[in-house]
Amino acid sequence: MKAQVNGTSRDLADGTSVAAVVTLVGAPEKGVAVALDGAVVPRALWDRTIVPDGGVVEVLTAVQGG
Amino acid sequence: MDDPLIIAGREFRSRLITGTGGAANLSVLERALVASGTELTTVAMRRVDAAGQTGVLELLRRLGIEVLPNTAGCRTSAEAVLTAQLAREALETNWVKLEVVHDEETLLPDPVELLDAAERLVNDGFVVLPYTNDDPVLALKLQDIGCATVMPLGSPIGTGLGIRNPHNIELITSRASVPVVLDAGIGTASDAALAMELGCSAVLLATAVTRAQDPERMGAAMRCAVEGGRLARLAGRIPQRFWAQASSPGL
Repeated sequence: MKAQVNGTSRDLADGTSVAAVVTLVGAPEKGVAVALDGAVVPRALWDRTIVPDGGVVEVLTAVQGG
Repeated sequence: MDDPLIIAGREFRSRLITGTGGAANLSVLERALVASGTELTTVAMRRVDAAGQTGVLELLRRLGIEVLPNTAGCRTSAEAVLTAQLAREALETNWVKLEVVHDEETLLPDPVELLDAAERLVNDGFVVLPYTNDDPVLALKLQDIGCATVMPLGSPIGTGLGIRNPHNIELITSRASVPVVLDAGIGTASDAALAMELGCSAVLLATAVTRAQDPERMGAAMRCAVEGGRLARLAGRIPQRFWAQASSPGL
């Protein structure tokens, strides 16, 4: 199945979790948050939240700014 | 003299809030932040990329500086609310510098989207510090819906044009009961001092320090300027006169 991960279309195995996507993009251990289809997925739910076909995942962290 | 800045019940000894954008590298940023004496500093939220983390969070934690996430780049209330919620999740703070800008040329706040986002975030339990126009009416509305500060611009972000409408800033500081933070447009130390003399409780700046030829020295200059301006405001300046008035006794 396909999902949009940080703006890029990716082929993901069925049943891929949000936690797996976070690992896939190489996110740091701390200071990271995830939105799935426009809603925040709390860290405690990353393991059991499955990315649906056509899902839009954003993995964000803090950078220099403002 | 004990004169802390208090935002949402939290005390800060420094009245200078800084940004982290624009610094050539983290080493330059670190020296500038230390010289500025800041205790609260903004970061932006962006997609994790292949290059990995930027290290700015680790730097701020090591320096004991509180992190203030912003919603820079957001153009609608919905985007800003989601970005704030992501920042809260990522950084474990419910404080947010709310920015909702209208267009890239001016980076001026969109007042309609801003007010809507501020209300949603206050209702969601955030401590909201909104970057706003130098509009005294909008500032009061932001205060009335529960924002912890109001942060009017001196001039557009990154321009260094200083405070273009000092009277508006003074109108805002004379009527607001929450701290007023002059945010954006500061070019040099005298701009920061003027903001404090006009009654602002603090100054927020980034570019003026990070893109100065010597960011560390400019960080120190801003620290002194904010302290000097604050002292002058508290001291009470003399009224301006048209004619000279001798300060020495007559012959």
